[in-house]
Amino acid sequence: MVKMNDEEKLGNGQDIICAKCNISLEVSPVKFNYVGVAFSVSLFNCPICGLTYVPAVLARGSMLDVQRALEDK
Amino acid sequence: MELHQYQYLEAKCGQNDLPRCAAECPIHVDVRGMLQEAKRGNFSKAYALFAQTVPFPGIISQVCEQPCQQVCIRNDIDDGLAINAIERACYSYNEKKGSRAKLLLQKDNKVAVVGSGISGLTVAYHLANKGIKITVFEAGNNLGGRLLELTEGILNRRIMLNDLEVLNDLHVEIRLGVAINNSCSNSFNELLQEFDAVYLGLGQRDISALKLGLELNSNGTICVDPTTMETSNSKVFAGGSHLQDKNCLSVISSVADGKSAVISIDRFLQKASLTASRHAFGSKTTRLLTSVDSINPQPMVPISDPAKGYTEEEAKTEASRCIDCQCLECFKLCEYMRHFKMEPRALARQIFKNSSAIAHRFSLPMNSCSLCRQCEAVCQYDFSIADFCEAARETMVKAGRMPPSAFGFAIQDLKYSNSEAFVLTRLEPERSEIEYVFYPGCQLSGSAPWQVSKAYSYLREKISGGVGLMLGCCGVQASWAGETGIFQESLASFRSKWTELGKPGVIAGCPTCYMVFKKHLPELSVDLLSSIFDKFGLPEPAQSNSLVLAIHDSCTTRYEIEIQNSIRKILNNLGHTVKELTASRELTECCGFGGLMQISNRSLAHKVVDRRIEESEYDYLVYCSMCRDNFTNRGKTTYHLLDLIFGDEDGKIAARPPVGYSRRHDNRARLKNTFLKEVWGEDISYDPTPVKLIISEALRSVMENSLILDFDLYRVIEYAERTGNKLQNIVSGHYLAYFKPENVTYWVEYTAEGSGYVIHDAYSHRLEMTSPGESENDDNQTCRV
Ligand code: SF4
Ligand code: SF4
Ligand code: SF4
Ligand SMILES: [Zn+2]
Repeated sequence: MVKMNDEEKLGNGQDIICAKCNISLEVSPVKFNYVGVAFSVSLFNCPICGLTYVPAVLARGSMLDVQRALEDK
Repeated sequence: MELHQYQYLEAKCGQNDLPRCAAECPIHVDVRGMLQEAKRGNFSKAYALFAQTVPFPGIISQVCEQPCQQVCIRNDIDDGLAINAIERACYSYNEKKGSRAKLLLQKDNKVAVVGSGISGLTVAYHLANKGIKITVFEAGNNLGGRLLELTEGILNRRIMLNDLEVLNDLHVEIRLGVAINNSCSNSFNELLQEFDAVYLGLGQRDISALKLGLELNSNGTICVDPTTMETSNSKVFAGGSHLQDKNCLSVISSVADGKSAVISIDRFLQKASLTASRHAFGSKTTRLLTSVDSINPQPMVPISDPAKGYTEEEAKTEASRCIDCQCLECFKLCEYMRHFKMEPRALARQIFKNSSAIAHRFSLPMNSCSLCRQCEAVCQYDFSIADFCEAARETMVKAGRMPPSAFGFAIQDLKYSNSEAFVLTRLEPERSEIEYVFYPGCQLSGSAPWQVSKAYSYLREKISGGVGLMLGCCGVQASWAGETGIFQESLASFRSKWTELGKPGVIAGCPTCYMVFKKHLPELSVDLLSSIFDKFGLPEPAQSNSLVLAIHDSCTTRYEIEIQNSIRKILNNLGHTVKELTASRELTECCGFGGLMQISNRSLAHKVVDRRIEESEYDYLVYCSMCRDNFTNRGKTTYHLLDLIFGDEDGKIAARPPVGYSRRHDNRARLKNTFLKEVWGEDISYDPTPVKLIISEALRSVMENSLILDFDLYRVIEYAERTGNKLQNIVSGHYLAYFKPENVTYWVEYTAEGSGYVIHDAYSHRLEMTSPGESENDDNQTCRV
């Protein structure tokens, strides 16, 4: 199973705040779903409203690898 | 695709057939393989290929009549290959000597071979090599039959005896001086009692005198089945020169008879069917076609010393004249096949296997073909990889196994083009009946909307019977994506709108729309806009220098000779000079739009275009806007026919700059607004991207490659600003927001500037966030990634 890269998952999350709740993000699991497969990934989230931060490096990097691996199953 | 359909379509390709030489050789020696080794000086390997088929390589390499040479394709250029002489060289220069007898356990079966000519010896050798106990009966005092009549100069006796040594190694029992018949004795009947099967290789003689009790032909020969060599007695098989015309006796045909009898006797002993799925020996026709267009004449290498045969060097040079017959005409032209490095049949097999019900496995090859059917056009047997890819894509979609990322973008694009944003169906203003309707199509409307407006004005002016307007997408992208349902829906919706308009003749702006309507809506009459120019006269074109242009024909209209001619005629009338590309008209290539190659395999589509635009130094002329955009985007100066008639946005005749997905997307909606306002006086302006987005060139090209539109960015920002759902980078101050309108989640990093936005980054993903921030539950379906 292809895994997402830990560094990519967090990215520069320390620099990001939720602009709605005006609060720093915290790392917690986020549920994902694709082609019928469910899994969870630890990402930076807003502890109040739950907005998630997916860094660009993650979307373009190992997240895409996971997508391809799931399609190829 | 059903298995039988697959087998039928796959068998159309002739590439796996034998080359002419091997097809003509009665025992189908792998001549081509042998010559390829010999030309590299690998005589031992070449010999092994020869000896794998031939029972007595020393004998055959001296005395074969080489019917192969007469049919060798080089006869069309100079001389057929000296195949037998090379076989002799392979025999001479082979370094891997040693007995050819396999060490097998002896079986209980006993077979008698009557007559020791080459056919009988062939039977003895091959059956003994299968572990069957063989006894050879020869009336004379030496083995060889008719071979013994050949002079020493033709057949070297030492080599012959050396070849026959193998029979000793195989423990073949030889009984010389024993005549077998039922006339002077009862020996034939006794043989039938004692042995499990009998082979008769009796040579040219009067059979009736032997009283064998077998059915005879009117000419006195034994009646045998030509494939199985079976006689009227199921235990008895016969072949060899006995069956041949005495004026054209052939050693190699006798060997072929022997080899046929070997298969039959072996099956007979195992009580298996003699005929089930068996390939007959003997010369046959071949479907392998080979082009000799680029082959230079080079006559046969003479043998300096005929007594010794070719020297190694001579044999190598002669063997190198073999052109290694292959067809692969489609492969030579198609960048896609070459990219996957698979011959057409192997590719078809893989695509079928992957998509078949057992596997349902998506594979890049099935989604990467441009379905352009150039392969079908060049193939003498109309074989096309497109048949397999189309079927595979449909199967995958039906099974729900097509990955959403494969063609998702194109389907969204199509849905958008067939939504209120673009669709328009109108009669001409102030008319209740129209003779024609103009259907510019989604891509031309996206690439050069002003040309569509000008074309519509021209049509209204020229055609007195009235011209309506229909905006929309013909649906071809769904058909290419294997989404048959969506394709049929768009056709049906087109048909009903067209019926509402009173079924006018359709003028298509795009060759692909033209082909889709022609093929799928046969009740409708359709012309390409260029043919209308031909019929009603060209609009007055803007001033232009005379250009020299190489024409790239559209792949969808590869068989439409009238369209191709009319394009060339228009160019001449406009005063331009036309150059032809090597692959043009029927054999033209695809620009990468076809089959959605550029969506499913972008890098390959670039490779295809890059190769095509290198073909000529001249600027290109096309008549499909996707060809124009794809070539221009890769740096080739390319004119659309309409660029030479209506010009660019300022009306000047010039090659226009590249146009990407975003522009095409938004231009469609804007074109609809323009038409409504300028032609019908209605003002319901809808702008997909109503705010100004400031995007750098570098980011724009990233967006183009990841299929992200300005429209997508606008929707993210609109959502974020409306709901306040956005993040912020406290170091840079940039906002970050995401939004998932359909299947894709889009992310934008932006800052507000005046009434617009500066875009710092844009990206997307297909993995769907289902519960942001929720804590992990113990659902065991859930796995950590
Ligand atoms: S065995 Fe005879 S017919 Fe066959 S390839 Fe050799 S020379 Fe030609
Ligand atoms: S050129 Fe070579 S492969 Fe082709 S027919 Fe002649 S010997 Fe055979
Ligand atoms: S349809 Fe076109 S791209 Fe596909 S294999 Fe044939 S020639 Fe190549
Ligand atoms: Zn929040």
